[in-house]
Amino acid sequence: MPAKAYLPHEAEIVERIDDAPEIFTLRLRFTDPKTHEAYRFRPGQFNMLYLYGVGEVPISIVSDPEHGGALDHTIREVGRVTGGLAKLGVGDRIGIRGPYGRGWPMNEIIGKDILVITGGLGCAPSVSVINYVMQRRSDYGRLTVMQGVKHHSDLLWRERYEQWARQPDTQILLASDSGGPLWPWHTGPVTVLFDKATIDPERTAVVLCGPQPMMQAAIQHLLPIGIPEEAIWLSMERNMQCAVGHCGHCQYGPKFICRDGPVFAYPELKGLFGLKGF
Amino acid sequence: MHSEQSRFLPRTELANLLEVLRSAGYRCLGPKVREGAIVYEELSSAEELPHGWYNKQSPGEYRLVNEDSPRCFTWANGPQALKPHLFAAREPMWRVGRDANGTLSFTEIQPKVERIAVLGVRACDLAALKLQDAHFLGGGHADPYYGARREGLLLIAVNCSHPADTCFCVSTGDGPEATDGYDLVLSELDEGFLIAAGSNQGKALLDRLPTDEATAAQTDTARAEVQAAAQAQTRALPGRELQATLFANLDHSRWKEIGERCLACANCTSVCPTCFCFNNEEQPTLAGESTTHHRQWDSCFTMGHSYIHGLVVRPDATARYRQWLTHKLGGWHEQYGRSGCVGCGRCITWCPVGIDLTEETNAICAASSDEGDANAG
Repeated sequence: MPAKAYLPHEAEIVERIDDAPEIFTLRLRFTDPKTHEAYRFRPGQFNMLYLYGVGEVPISIVSDPEHGGALDHTIREVGRVTGGLAKLGVGDRIGIRGPYGRGWPMNEIIGKDILVITGGLGCAPSVSVINYVMQRRSDYGRLTVMQGVKHHSDLLWRERYEQWARQPDTQILLASDSGGPLWPWHTGPVTVLFDKATIDPERTAVVLCGPQPMMQAAIQHLLPIGIPEEAIWLSMERNMQCAVGHCGHCQYGPKFICRDGPVFAYPELKGLFGLKGF
Repeated sequence: MHSEQSRFLPRTELANLLEVLRSAGYRCLGPKVREGAIVYEELSSAEELPHGWYNKQSPGEYRLVNEDSPRCFTWANGPQALKPHLFAAREPMWRVGRDANGTLSFTEIQPKVERIAVLGVRACDLAALKLQDAHFLGGGHADPYYGARREGLLLIAVNCSHPADTCFCVSTGDGPEATDGYDLVLSELDEGFLIAAGSNQGKALLDRLPTDEATAAQTDTARAEVQAAAQAQTRALPGRELQATLFANLDHSRWKEIGERCLACANCTSVCPTCFCFNNEEQPTLAGESTTHHRQWDSCFTMGHSYIHGLVVRPDATARYRQWLTHKLGGWHEQYGRSGCVGCGRCITWCPVGIDLTEETNAICAASSDEGDANAG
């Protein structure tokens, strides 16, 4: 690997979308047209975004891999790098290197019903799956999306959910812990939605993404209804500095999340899953 | 290639060995005494080697004492040997310039390529080097910085005759004798050295040295010293395959006890010859027109290591020690086919509160077999 392999490429913000008070999407294009043309990724993979003078942060790519247009990265403003990225606008330059990791098994699950369960604000990797399935609707069976949020204001892309819900063979189920008059859907944790969904365990592939306790609770509901462990896929997050399995930060037991994941089949992780401190 | 028959190099010819290395284009590094410890630094003459120095090591303690002896390898490893010379403690990776329009230009900083010969490498550090090679050079993304330095490295091993009380390389299977992975290997005797080649490069160098045939008595003495070094070790791990046992004991009460003693200072990970974690840091110029992206050693004992969007996965020393030990003696097996511990004992010596990895591992694993017995009964 030449020293270039760690080197970001310059990219320009072509559009900035404010999704929620602390959440925004940067639509990026490599400034070198050849680099942009040659760039390929799969849903669930991530890029290292670099903010000048501050550092890098791993961010999932939510746009369609075959779209060929700009690359969308939905970011929550929580730390030094994301806080700085939040201040940028159209025309500003940042760095990108990637894509990294193993994405969702979109080819392996062709023909299956897709059940997406996601919670909190960490739903960007699952949006890449929903977008992908929507673009290739006939390749997949029924699409069910269960999204749980703490508070009604945490729901991103309300219009997008409403639009998805109008598609054939698609069921969108939303739950908020707090409910209230501004919340027309279900109240409670995301798992209350299991009663509302039609799930055929024989032909369902499950996509999980969100806080670990939420994913754990979902798995505890999925296994008893006959979903095999191998049919459950989840996207993990940990600190990442290098994205190529060297810096050691993202280790989860013997796995390097950046390289072996971030998407895993549940049996690969189940020994440690849910244990604090790993 | 396997080691060839040993030759004898008189002590007076040690300077010649350094000269041969230098004329072959190598910069020589070797053990020296600095600030009360053996360190591996640039060696300009054989005089600088630590003649007559012995060491005393115990949990949380390291002392050098000088006795009248012609020998210069009568000590066990100091705080570091090879690791910092391959995996630099801090180095720049790339530089970014920003012009008045906000355009960014990225330039990689090429690793400096040098031919370095290291004299005095111990068996435990050769084993650790193999593990670092597997981590940084295997697995699809070879690290260019580590790789460039590794390529130019020549290794002259010295069999260990004076292990410290903290050493346990016999139990990990990594010493005290260097069996492979070197270019030349020495065994120190009072009157000189047995020397053998372990690579074609080593053989070419050996051919240029004025050596004699080694006598049977010299060979016997060298063998006896290595055997005595092995027998002198009192510490041991409970086995070489501890992954299952450790991961079956994640709730063991001992973790919390260790966590109460551990200062989370990261000394153990700094001196460990296999620990590989690093983080990145930006160093912008004051004027702001450019910035340099560095990497530097990090440790799973720091708060930042497990930081992720506003929370810390391992907030206390208990979780961090458990992470370190279950990785070192457990996770490494799945990652690189063996334990990540080579028995050098540095983490025991350099722990300011004297936490002993062998003692803690034995306590955690012993309890498990007790429970196993109880269940069986």
